[in-house]
Amino acid sequence: MSDVVLSVRDLSVEFATEDGVVHAVDKVSYSVKRGETLAIVGESGSGKSVSSLAVMGLIRGNNAKVTGEVHFAGQELVGLDPEEVRKLRGLQMAMIFQDPLSALHPFYTIGQQLVEAVQVHEKVSDDEANARVETMLDRVGIASAKQRMDEYPHQLSGGMRQRVMIAMALINSPDLLIADEPTTALDVTVQAQILELLRDLQKEFGTAIVLITHDLGVVADMADDVMVMYGGQAVEQSPVRELFYQPQMPYTWGLLSSIPQMHASSLKLDPIPGTPPSLINLPKGCVFAPRCTYKDKVADGLCLSERPNLLAVTDTHAARCHMSVEQRADVRRERNIGKVN
Amino acid sequence: MFPYIIRRIMLMIFMLLLLSIVTFLLFNAVPTDPARLTCGKSCSPQIIEANRIRLGLDKPLPVQYVEWIKGIFVGRTYGSGTQTFDCHTPCLGYSFKNGEEVTVMIKQALPATIYLALGSFILWMVFGIASGIYAANRKGKWQDRTIMGITLVGYSLPVFLIGLMMLLFVIVRWNFLPYPDYVSPTVNPIQFLQTMILPWISLAILYAAYYTRLTRSQMLETMSEDYIRTARAKGLPENRVVRKHAFRAGLTPIVTSAGMDLAGLLGGAVITEYIFSLPGLGRLAIDAVKEYDLPTITATTLVAATFIIVANIVVDVLYAAIDPRVRLS
Ligand SMILES: Nc1ncnc2c1ncn2[C@@H]1O[C@H](COP(=O)(O)OP(=O)(O)OP(=O)(O)O)[C@@H](O)[C@H]1O
Ligand code: SF4
Ligand SMILES: [Mg+2]
Repeated sequence: MSDVVLSVRDLSVEFATEDGVVHAVDKVSYSVKRGETLAIVGESGSGKSVSSLAVMGLIRGNNAKVTGEVHFAGQELVGLDPEEVRKLRGLQMAMIFQDPLSALHPFYTIGQQLVEAVQVHEKVSDDEANARVETMLDRVGIASAKQRMDEYPHQLSGGMRQRVMIAMALINSPDLLIADEPTTALDVTVQAQILELLRDLQKEFGTAIVLITHDLGVVADMADDVMVMYGGQAVEQSPVRELFYQPQMPYTWGLLSSIPQMHASSLKLDPIPGTPPSLINLPKGCVFAPRCTYKDKVADGLCLSERPNLLAVTDTHAARCHMSVEQRADVRRERNIGKVN
Repeated sequence: MFPYIIRRIMLMIFMLLLLSIVTFLLFNAVPTDPARLTCGKSCSPQIIEANRIRLGLDKPLPVQYVEWIKGIFVGRTYGSGTQTFDCHTPCLGYSFKNGEEVTVMIKQALPATIYLALGSFILWMVFGIASGIYAANRKGKWQDRTIMGITLVGYSLPVFLIGLMMLLFVIVRWNFLPYPDYVSPTVNPIQFLQTMILPWISLAILYAAYYTRLTRSQMLETMSEDYIRTARAKGLPENRVVRKHAFRAGLTPIVTSAGMDLAGLLGGAVITEYIFSLPGLGRLAIDAVKEYDLPTITATTLVAATFIIVANIVVDVLYAAIDPRVRLS
């Protein structure tokens, strides 16, 4: 299985606002293969959602500018006729969101909302659409699916609602699922069930998943690859084991350092001192420099004057930091970050 | 759902009861002897006393109230012996000024008012909602700014000004239409339309401006909801997203306003009826005030307020129809 489903190159998203141009996403590149999961992690406001919405063609408004390349389903989506992108949405690429209560329409039944998802892409009779919906609800673990179809979102529990969202997203067997913090709003036990469901469905359908999360435990559980975002940029990208074992840059270290053990069940991000940069006036040098405690390790104040590039450490691992690979290894050893080899 | 409606209906009955008491007391709080008003200048104390007894105004207030209410439901007979006078169900009193049962007068005035209200209602709802949605979809662009500018003007123009200008230009200056002369549409539909078109438009301008703004702000609010993003993520075409998802969700406040505004107009659009010489409830009420015709004032007040109360329950039921969270809680 090596077929790439989604390939993103130098994707940037800018918003023109009264205060200036917001550089929400800055030249992000990644790809996801069939049946695999890419996790995007990072603090609030780092551009995780915006970058994913851009892939879906859901960044709208005349103040938004999306540039770069999004290769999906044999097409280049950036600059493609919006009507063509719309036809892909819900059919070949789907998305689920953080809060399933607000993501479902309060005035329509579960059945109506799922049937609509079927019929918008395919001319099928109501009976057939209903039957398909019932099967899918059943598949995502909703008991007495037929009755549930007549219920409204507010009548279901949070976990049920997210199952409904998943059913709605996967009902047309899309190649790509973007899950934007799908478990953040749920109880811990329900979280685990939802993740397991996603894993099962991924195995069954071979779906490629882009999983946005704050939770490193979820990353360790679910992901094949990880992209760490900070200030709209990808600051580190690698397969999940490498990221946990040999994290390459200080922001990632910050994310990981609070973790007592690699195997703890839930590894939440501990706040790193300081606040994320303003996306309007990004620092001239490294975007993380204002909060980085290692910048004196780099000569000539380079961290403050020059933006580090995303440089490859290995074939599959890249990071954005002026420190040399040796320096980084030293720090990891000193600080006991990751797994020292 | 049913307990909800029944609760609402009980509340409505209670409100109507309260309303009838208040109106009745108002009638009696006027610092004039109602019996004195029943005859003109050449009035003798004997006639006044005779009329007082005939109309039952000599009885204690609670008895008068009960008789008044009874009259509404089963009719009543004024006076006794040979000098009786029947007031038919629903009896809202007798207007000495007009020598007519008030109910008959109201029945005559109602059609013009209803046609006026419904016609302008349809106009303003269609235009207000359509341009509100259009403006919201083009937020910040010149189309939106233009519409918002126009509505600001339309909204701040007093209704008498719009009406008078139309009358002055369209009818007096340009002779596009004959002078307004209300007839029932069943008698002469053309003349009816010629009479009604300007009042419809002048009322609708005012309300359409408001409904454009209301719809626009509702749309802008719901368009940023999460479920709208979901609808788009499903691949729904934008017009479906707008109509089926966003508009439906933003409908509740529009329905509320629409119900109340329509009910308000059904009670009589005083200024517009006056300008265009429409024999409607609003004119009836104002004429009654001018002539100190107390029973008619009371009755028109009661009718207008009843429209509002009934509209309230209709709106509540519509709420439940629109929002399952109301229906199922
Ligand atoms: N329409 C817009 N106009 C201006 N700025 C925007 C717009 N949409 C998003 N942004 C900005 O883009 C930045 C990135 O937002 P994004 O939602 O991608 O963050 P995130 O990483 O998903 O955060 P969270 O974890 O809170 O979901 C934020 O600073 C946000 O304010
Ligand atoms: S480039 Fe400098 S400031 Fe940025 S993370 Fe590396 S050491 Fe820190
Ligand atoms: Mg987000």
